[in-house]
Amino acid sequence: MRSGIVAEKVGMSRQLLANGESVPVTLIKVFECTVVENKTNDNGGYTAVKLAYGSKKAKNVTKPMQGVYAKYNLEPALGLKEFRVDDENIIPVGEKIGAGFFEVGAIVDVIGTSIGKGFAGGMKRHNFGGLRASHGVSVSHRSHGSTGNRQDPGKVFKGKKMAGHMGQVRVTQQNLEVVYINHDNNTLAVKGSVPGAAGSILYVKDAVKVRK
Amino acid sequence: MNLLEEFEKRQIESLTQTKKVPSFSAGDTLKIWVRIADEGGKERTQAYEGVCIARKNAGLNSSFTVRKLSYGEGVERVFPLYSPNITIEVLRRGAVRRAKLYYLRGRTGKSARIAEKQGIRKDSSGTVAAAEAANVQAPASVKMPEAPSVEASVTENNENS
Repeated sequence: MRSGIVAEKVGMSRQLLANGESVPVTLIKVFECTVVENKTNDNGGYTAVKLAYGSKKAKNVTKPMQGVYAKYNLEPALGLKEFRVDDENIIPVGEKIGAGFFEVGAIVDVIGTSIGKGFAGGMKRHNFGGLRASHGVSVSHRSHGSTGNRQDPGKVFKGKKMAGHMGQVRVTQQNLEVVYINHDNNTLAVKGSVPGAAGSILYVKDAVKVRK
Repeated sequence: MNLLEEFEKRQIESLTQTKKVPSFSAGDTLKIWVRIADEGGKERTQAYEGVCIARKNAGLNSSFTVRKLSYGEGVERVFPLYSPNITIEVLRRGAVRRAKLYYLRGRTGKSARIAEKQGIRKDSSGTVAAAEAANVQAPASVKMPEAPSVEASVTENNENS
């Protein structure tokens, strides 16, 4: 297991291939990630690399975080992120990684926070069918139907699909192909869509279910 | 320039390197050579001829709409401007005063005619006609070796034009 990188979603576009095919792609801007600490069996009991990514104005960094960055002798970064790695994939402290961490053709998983939908009804949230448009249905065309039985069991079962908050949760999009890498401006493009709005933070890792 | 624009501009540059896109606008009569993959891995080109009634300028996503009458039925096709599958040939410049010629949809025959543009503009690379001839013929001979044999299949498509 290798480390991942921290990136920002730029937006979606397309790639026109020589055979005329149009491939939907998502452009991802990779932050410059600096390794600031290695976790090993001796310190922490697990193996991981800790990355500092992006940059932030010093005045916008809280006092406690300023202390953390001072400890690592770093300019204030946007944030810190730890990735679990295998022993042989530890990256030495001080090394920088970017878009070049992957290569064209690699299969990656992209983790992000999905766009928040607020309090959503059953039709939007769970693909319920809603009630009928006519035949006496009044004021409840988009409602869910019954939520249970009668005196027995006399309750609504836990986990019942109902209306509620939707979106803004951590989502992993698996097995996306890297189709383009630009080392100059540290961007890469993957085939397909990734979770979240443009500008949201993403973690890009090697695919867990690699197809070989 | 933001990153998306740069990504798309880079692609446009590489796509137009091998195949120039001629300058044309709504009202022009175009002949589009479309490369089609047959079953059995073979490729052939098919021509589609009609009047360009709209252009959408959106960088890499630019497209244009070509309308023609086929057996008395109006047909409109939207082509991606930078698609490697198509070669554009400008047959005739039309004099129109609209960017989108959607009014042609309700018309046939005499009222659907478009007058030819008088006084051809000069392009940076000489006359428009010369520039087009260079644009169309070079890629056609390189990318579409079957072009001459296509003429046969073309005729059935163009009976109205």
